[in-house]
Amino acid sequence: MQLTNRKVVVSNKEQSFTEKMYFPAIINGMFITFSHLFKKRPTIMYPEQKREYAPIYRGQHVLKRDENGAERCTSCGMCAVACPAEAITMESGERKKGEEGLYREEKYAKMYEINMLRCIFCGLCEEACPKEAIFLTDRIVASEFERDEFIYGKDKLVEKMDKRIDVTKRQTPEVLAFKKIPGLKHNELHTEKLNKGKH
Amino acid sequence: MLEFIIYKSIICVAVFAISLGIAAYSTWWERKFAGLLQDRWGPSRAGVWGLLQPLADGGKMLFKEEIIPNVSNKFLFVLAPGLFIVTAIMAGVLIPWGPAFAMDGKLYPLQVADVNVGVIFLLGVTSIGVYGIMIGGWSSNNKYSLLGAIRSSAQMISYELAMGISLIALIIVAGGTLSFGEIVAMQDKGFANVVWQPLGFLIFFVCALAETNRAPFDLAECETELVGGYHTEYSAFKLGLFLFAEYINMFVSSAVMAGFYFGGYNFPFAHELYNAMGLQEGSWIISLIGFGAYFTKTLIFISVFMWIRWTIPRFRYDQLMNLGWKTLLPLSLLNLAITVVIEFFRGNIQF
Repeated sequence: MQLTNRKVVVSNKEQSFTEKMYFPAIINGMFITFSHLFKKRPTIMYPEQKREYAPIYRGQHVLKRDENGAERCTSCGMCAVACPAEAITMESGERKKGEEGLYREEKYAKMYEINMLRCIFCGLCEEACPKEAIFLTDRIVASEFERDEFIYGKDKLVEKMDKRIDVTKRQTPEVLAFKKIPGLKHNELHTEKLNKGKH
Repeated sequence: MLEFIIYKSIICVAVFAISLGIAAYSTWWERKFAGLLQDRWGPSRAGVWGLLQPLADGGKMLFKEEIIPNVSNKFLFVLAPGLFIVTAIMAGVLIPWGPAFAMDGKLYPLQVADVNVGVIFLLGVTSIGVYGIMIGGWSSNNKYSLLGAIRSSAQMISYELAMGISLIALIIVAGGTLSFGEIVAMQDKGFANVVWQPLGFLIFFVCALAETNRAPFDLAECETELVGGYHTEYSAFKLGLFLFAEYINMFVSSAVMAGFYFGGYNFPFAHELYNAMGLQEGSWIISLIGFGAYFTKTLIFISVFMWIRWTIPRFRYDQLMNLGWKTLLPLSLLNLAITVVIEFFRGNIQF
């Protein structure tokens, strides 16, 4: 198999006199470096100029609220199960009377933590979530001085009502349809459940 | 007498300031040039085009923590970088920066001291630089520093020999004078010495690279391969002095090469130009133009040093020694022999 056309056959042949002199090779090399003076520079001057992210860039997570402002997460644990880095932990709580505006389902996440040092930003949590609650955004996880600071709790993950985060690029109808196709790996649990019900 | 002292002091301070300034801005130009050669931009944050970068670097060096190892010989430890930088600057006194200008019937040369044994003084002073390295490595009381110091000083001594012999050939071509000023002035008539001494120039150039510890001979400072070198234990400004001295060395050896082999302040059709401008012999404008010519040549040489650094990979130690003793030394002897024969038949020397 050939991956590139730059293959060179190694040989042990003695160097000729001109090769031993090194000078032709050195002069040649110097002209190569010199030619680079006039080449285009691909540098992006970072703070002033920013590289555009791909629309599907996977950055820091967000726990979405629904239109009324209630948390969508029902603490089912699918994301934690799907997470290959085991970065997600949660603890569920039961919704009390009068909290209907806060949580959408009867069960909710009392504690929800993502360890940003473990997270590999694969996006499987997003795919696993049956409630459309967790999404990856285009934001970068901030740098910190202490390792503890990287364990993001609900205070950092749940979106603020006044600063809602747009995840429509991840919620396209195609994506939603893809999530419901039975027989696909990521839908296995779902289909298994359906099959069990039949027997 | 007083006039003489004042004039010499001014020249002294000027040469000192120019050496330091050029050394400081070489660090900037090195980074910028390296960037350009590697399709990057180089420093661009501190000031326009990163021009304040040397100041920032200097400030950083000043405020870093200064460490003197407990087990070191403290006096020598502090002395070494100073010795290194002093010898680096001292070689600069010889350089005749331009034609002398006349004022009130007196000639004022643009040179600190026209020593009549200039070439020997130059070789002597540059070899004292080895002491800086050796003392630095030894006084650190660190095996790796000592090994690094021995490595670097062995390198410098090996290359000094070929350098000296190629200079002897140059002196023969220059008619037996040892004065830097005369060697440069002599190239006013006829060609620059490089025309008669191409091989000698090449040897001198390679040796100058090795003497200044520049790539591809920068074994003195290859952290990744050979555990730093003589300056492993140095930090902050003392390390800065070592690195700074390297740049001063580079500046001085560029100036020496431009003077010895490329005619210094002379350039083709200089006299035609001066006549066309209606300038009298001894005018200060001629001095200024000459200074400009010399300075341009020096800067070009500095750039070539950097160009080489970012092109050729570092030599291995045995390759370095092989090149020095088995190639350059015989070559320089050959060059000397050829020069003697040619000059004998030209009638410039007799036995």
